[in-house]
Amino acid sequence: MKWNHLVLASTLAALAGGAQAQTMDPLQVRSMAASCANCHGTMGIAEAGHESLAGVNRDELLKKMLDFKTGKKPATLMHQLSKGYSDEQLAALATYFSALKK
Amino acid sequence: MMKRRQFVQSVATAGSLGTLGLVTGCASTPSGNGPKVVVVGGGYGGATTAKYVRMWSDYGIDVTLVEPSSSLISCPISNLVLGGSKTMADITMPYDNLVKRHGVRWVQDMVTRIDTDKRVVLLAKGGELPYDRLILSPGVDFMWDTLPGMAAEGAKDKVLHSWKAGAQTVALRKQLEAMPDGGVYALAIPLAPYRCPPGPYERACQVASYFSKVKPRSKVLILDANDDVTSKGPLFKKAWKDRYDGIVEYRPKHKTVDVDAATNTLKFEFHNDVKANVLNVIPDMRAGEIAVKTGLATANKRWCEVDFLTFESIAVKNVHVLGDSIQIAPAMPKSGHMANQHGKTCAAAVVALLTGRQPNAMPIYNNTCYSFVSAEDAVHVASVHRYDADKKTMLPVAGAGGVSSAANELEGRYALAWARNIWADTLA
Repeated sequence: MKWNHLVLASTLAALAGGAQAQTMDPLQVRSMAASCANCHGTMGIAEAGHESLAGVNRDELLKKMLDFKTGKKPATLMHQLSKGYSDEQLAALATYFSALKK
Repeated sequence: MMKRRQFVQSVATAGSLGTLGLVTGCASTPSGNGPKVVVVGGGYGGATTAKYVRMWSDYGIDVTLVEPSSSLISCPISNLVLGGSKTMADITMPYDNLVKRHGVRWVQDMVTRIDTDKRVVLLAKGGELPYDRLILSPGVDFMWDTLPGMAAEGAKDKVLHSWKAGAQTVALRKQLEAMPDGGVYALAIPLAPYRCPPGPYERACQVASYFSKVKPRSKVLILDANDDVTSKGPLFKKAWKDRYDGIVEYRPKHKTVDVDAATNTLKFEFHNDVKANVLNVIPDMRAGEIAVKTGLATANKRWCEVDFLTFESIAVKNVHVLGDSIQIAPAMPKSGHMANQHGKTCAAAVVALLTGRQPNAMPIYNNTCYSFVSAEDAVHVASVHRYDADKKTMLPVAGAGGVSSAANELEGRYALAWARNIWADTLA
């Protein structure tokens, strides 16, 4: 049954910790990541003045976004935007951007 | 020529457009073999959609962009041209990269009519373009009939809106420069919804910034149809008090019902007339005319209702509407940033639909909007919007988003970086 597969997949993902991104539809992740491009550039390559995200270290990027979300890392607006995404979504974004070509 | 249905089937089998050998490189011009997407309007919404349909179809879907202007003149940052810290050249971007880098076919023309049965758009200079999917991003048009005096000869040349960046931006700047010190600039704001909710208040700051430097005895009089400032209210009010005390005066609940251009007079529903040296009247607006004419403005004959998963019109199949023309979701602003997000969501959905796949069932995207309160300092409002499957609309994510704690110079620099980045994401 599809539902059972879903439950199995999410259980495995939860056990695997960092591997949640694999359970999300890659095209869904691509669209979610594209909504960051307005500031961080198409495919993560930014124009001057904002950070490029393409090819950065996955764990560092994820930690940064989670720290924005908890308020540990001060920001002008990323603390407000990061709260709009689940930890799983932030992990998927970090995996996606880290795999892009610099 | 391959029939569309055959194409879709073979794509579904092959798995990706690139493997079909239709693609000869990024700069390839539409070959005539792929499905056809026509995009009408080259602003933030349309240009983004054109680029991303090409990118995300691995350059296998033909995209034709119909846009009469020779370049995109950005509404965001255009208030700084009125304030004097930016020039028109700073906000004018060419369409070259869409053509050269992404192989978008650009037709510099206007669409006069759309035949949604035959699925063709008719062009002003003659000829027609067939489509499998049509994407309309025509922005807004003004409801001049709500201001009868503006029909008088010459009225529209004298009383400017400057709400579409371009010739009127330059003309309004000239009026402000020609105004004597001690004069009054009156800005009339329509009832929401209108394009760019914080835009009028940013404009008031920019004109006041200019006056404070060059003609300090002058006044900025804001006549707002709304009950209060519609966006970033406390931040704008603080700027007016702290930075432009004695220059800016804000009057809410002043709905402009007519304009006498000959005597430079504004008329209101409930208040006395106001005369000023320079009138700047932002009229009520609705979806761009081509969308209204095509029967897509299903909400109060004013805005176009869409399926937020695909941006397909609820009224006409295979026609998508996005950007400022749509009936917005709750708390969703009519902004260039949002139009760019619509564009990417629509592009992904259109590529999916044309290749036999399901569109993304859970779109999530953000809005970030900066306003300059002086030449250097800016404030922002940010929000995250997520699809709600039960309500079938985009809803703001509770607990996310917010505004600046105070205007600051760092966000002024971020605002300009935002502009550079969104311009590149839309056009380059």
